[in-house]
Amino acid sequence: MIDPAYRAVPADALRIEPLGELTAIFDRRSMQTHLVVPPVPEMLVAMADDACDAAALAARLAERFDLSVEGDARAVVAARLRELAAMGLVAPA
Amino acid sequence: MRHSTRIAVGPVQFRIGSDWAQPVAALNRLYVGYPRDPERPADATVRLFAARPWRRWLRPSVQIGGDFTVPDALPLPLSMGLLAAEMGMNLQVALGWRRHLLLHASAVAKDGRAVLLSGVSGSGKSTLAALLGESGWRLMGDEFTLIAPDSGDALAFPRAVSLKNEAIAEMAARVDPARFGPLLAGTPKGDIRHLVPRPDAIAAMHDPARPALILFPRFGGTAAVELMGEGEAFVRLTEASTNYVALGEAGFTALTRLVRETPVFGISYPDSATGLALVEQLFAEAIR
Repeated sequence: MIDPAYRAVPADALRIEPLGELTAIFDRRSMQTHLVVPPVPEMLVAMADDACDAAALAARLAERFDLSVEGDARAVVAARLRELAAMGLVAPA
Repeated sequence: MRHSTRIAVGPVQFRIGSDWAQPVAALNRLYVGYPRDPERPADATVRLFAARPWRRWLRPSVQIGGDFTVPDALPLPLSMGLLAAEMGMNLQVALGWRRHLLLHASAVAKDGRAVLLSGVSGSGKSTLAALLGESGWRLMGDEFTLIAPDSGDALAFPRAVSLKNEAIAEMAARVDPARFGPLLAGTPKGDIRHLVPRPDAIAAMHDPARPALILFPRFGGTAAVELMGEGEAFVRLTEASTNYVALGEAGFTALTRLVRETPVFGISYPDSATGLALVEQLFAEAIR
């Protein structure tokens, strides 16, 4: 299966505030608050301004956090990207 | 409306109108010690009216309305007109207030520092706050606490405390009977009796207090204290706020700041004495 590519929403659209074990994200466009857990905040940071698919994003995360890209990392990132797209926190590139 | 009064509770100026004299007279008796400013425009309007014209006289039943209404709310008998007025005042604040983040929490303060007690009905937050209000603390409110988005301070909403069932006798043993409203027996929430806060708490109702401690009390079980993480506290306080969503980013900012700057605990307590001791102990540790 080919993973679609996504792009992070403009940085000024979101307020991202770590609150201990959770991270609260306020979306200024929808006025909605989202509560997320790792690796979602890390994914949003790693996406930066580029369009990227799950494989590219998994590779970036692996590099930053010294993780292995083997196994199901790509599948986990792909699933989280689909959820983020459904919440409107990333957009199809 | 035929009968009306104006009452200021904390920052909220209420205008209460009624088809009947009794609820307004009962409110005026209960709130006699509160500051009055008839010139000040109302922030919230409560209307107590007969659903049908003949219901003013025939089995009179009080419908609650105002700036905001709950469409399916059942009317109350006129004998519970005071309860209807109080419910109307709470409803208008819960649905209409936008100036502060409104938390469903009781609060007490000492030396300018506040303890917020949040929890569902039956958790004991009202009773604990009422008891603390008689033992050296300033009662800020038994139902709502307002958080100022700019400063993060807690503001008081010291309406008359709504004591329910066993709490009525517990407070009656400690407080001057003159500070009680009439007993409202057999309401949908059981027996209710209102307790007017101490005069010093009413006089200080415009003084903000810095939140020092947030507690989620649970009445029953053995005494226990559990530290709550910022994330869980944030989630529970969004659930405890009636206007978090309406405030948008101002609410988000106020709440993230509150849970970061204030220690939050869940406490269980088997009896009031233990509950009071836990609050005193955790407050002493929080302000150290």
